[in-house]
Amino acid sequence: MLIDWFTVGAQTLNFLILVWLLKRYLYQPILDAIDDRERLIAEERADADAKRTVATQEREEFREKNEQFDKLRADLVRQATEDANVERQRLFEEARKDADALRSKRASTFDREQTRLNDEITHRTWDEAFAIARKTLSDLAGVSLDGRMNEVFTQRLRGLNGEGKTVFNQALKSSTDPAVLRSAFDLQPEQRAALQSVLNEVFGANISVRFETAPHLINGIELLAGGQKIAWCIDDYIAKLGTSIRELPAAQSDQNDDSESECQTKADTQSVSVAEAQ
Amino acid sequence: MRLSPDEMIFWQHGFFKLNGTIVFTWILMLVMVVTSRLITRTLSLGLTRTRWQSLLEILVTGIEKQIEEVGLNQPRIYLGFLGTLFLFVAVACLGTIIPGFEPPTGSLSTTVALALCVFVAVPLYGIRDQGLKGYLKTYIEPTVIMLPFNVISDLSRTLALAVRLFGNMMSGAMIIGILLTITPLLFPIVMTALGLLTGLVQAYIFSILAAVYIAAATRTLQAKEH
Repeated sequence: MLIDWFTVGAQTLNFLILVWLLKRYLYQPILDAIDDRERLIAEERADADAKRTVATQEREEFREKNEQFDKLRADLVRQATEDANVERQRLFEEARKDADALRSKRASTFDREQTRLNDEITHRTWDEAFAIARKTLSDLAGVSLDGRMNEVFTQRLRGLNGEGKTVFNQALKSSTDPAVLRSAFDLQPEQRAALQSVLNEVFGANISVRFETAPHLINGIELLAGGQKIAWCIDDYIAKLGTSIRELPAAQSDQNDDSESECQTKADTQSVSVAEAQ
Repeated sequence: MRLSPDEMIFWQHGFFKLNGTIVFTWILMLVMVVTSRLITRTLSLGLTRTRWQSLLEILVTGIEKQIEEVGLNQPRIYLGFLGTLFLFVAVACLGTIIPGFEPPTGSLSTTVALALCVFVAVPLYGIRDQGLKGYLKTYIEPTVIMLPFNVISDLSRTLALAVRLFGNMMSGAMIIGILLTITPLLFPIVMTALGLLTGLVQAYIFSILAAVYIAAATRTLQAKEH
């Protein structure tokens, strides 16, 4: 018989035992391991999702911050550019003002120097002119310059008339102080007496006069009384001489221009002649 | 010539005996349990694992997937029984490549025992799923007239399970034995390879049929059919 019932029972028992053993040592551990791994993977995925969410948020924040930073940087650059332009303009204006100040200072210095030079020329001219005049008068006429000045002033006093004479006469009379006669040189007693007599004669009264010597007058005589003055000095001539000296460079410049143009014309003529000759 | 390892008697005392079927079954059980124990003793929960663990995981998940595809929605309940059926038959078949080993499934006693287990397991799972009354009611559906036919169907399919597996396994061993006497060199090797294929197919058929029977007895398949 092919079926042995003891074997059937034994095999049934063996199979049931095998089912139990495999459930215990095969299926359950493997399924538990798979479940644990899937749980682990699920946790890791959840963790990764959370991290990705956080990363996305951080990326957005970073992007926003980046945009803000770019905007801020652009604003700062624009502001800096504007400030630099303003500063440049200010520095430029300052430099221009400094240059103007320097130029005006230089101009004023130049003017002062020119004035000083003119003054010096004037003084030297005075000195030379007087020296020449004295020498000339002494050599040709045998008179001194001072005496001649005195004579001229006396003539001017004698020639005084009209309103000027009236006004000065009133000034003499109204003044309590004596009239002052200043001269650049010391008057001799006879010259003083002559002047006193002329004054008395002209104004018809005994005029009280105080004689003073004032070197700043530089070859001149003046009479002061009650705020009025009668004077003669060489300043007018010297002023005319200074004016003519100052005009001298301009005249020379014009003359140079004319001579240059003449030279140019001459040169052109010569070049034309040369061209015709060729 | 031995038709079955039952005829290999190592020890006998009256009704009790220790034949080749039982001894080879014990060897199979020992190999399967010890191997499982050795591999599952150090399981890795990480992404890196040994190739043996991967093999067992493929096996277990493959069986689980097959059970689920048959229509059983909770395959882990049936995994122990159906998986052991498949593994036992398959490993017994694979053992035929070892000289001197005779598969216990080549014994009609073993196949009858396995068929009886299925015969008992089907109503047990059916009753567990839908109760005794609900399960018994399936025998008189659609009419009471169908009751004897349903009972005969249960008995015949159990017998068919046993005889199909026994016939295939025994015939394979028989063919190899006969061919060894005729052409002892090349042809038995080819037939052994074919026998391996046949045995694995039989293991698949046996376990899948058992799964189908269990699925038919449970409410799951009925719900699906509706």
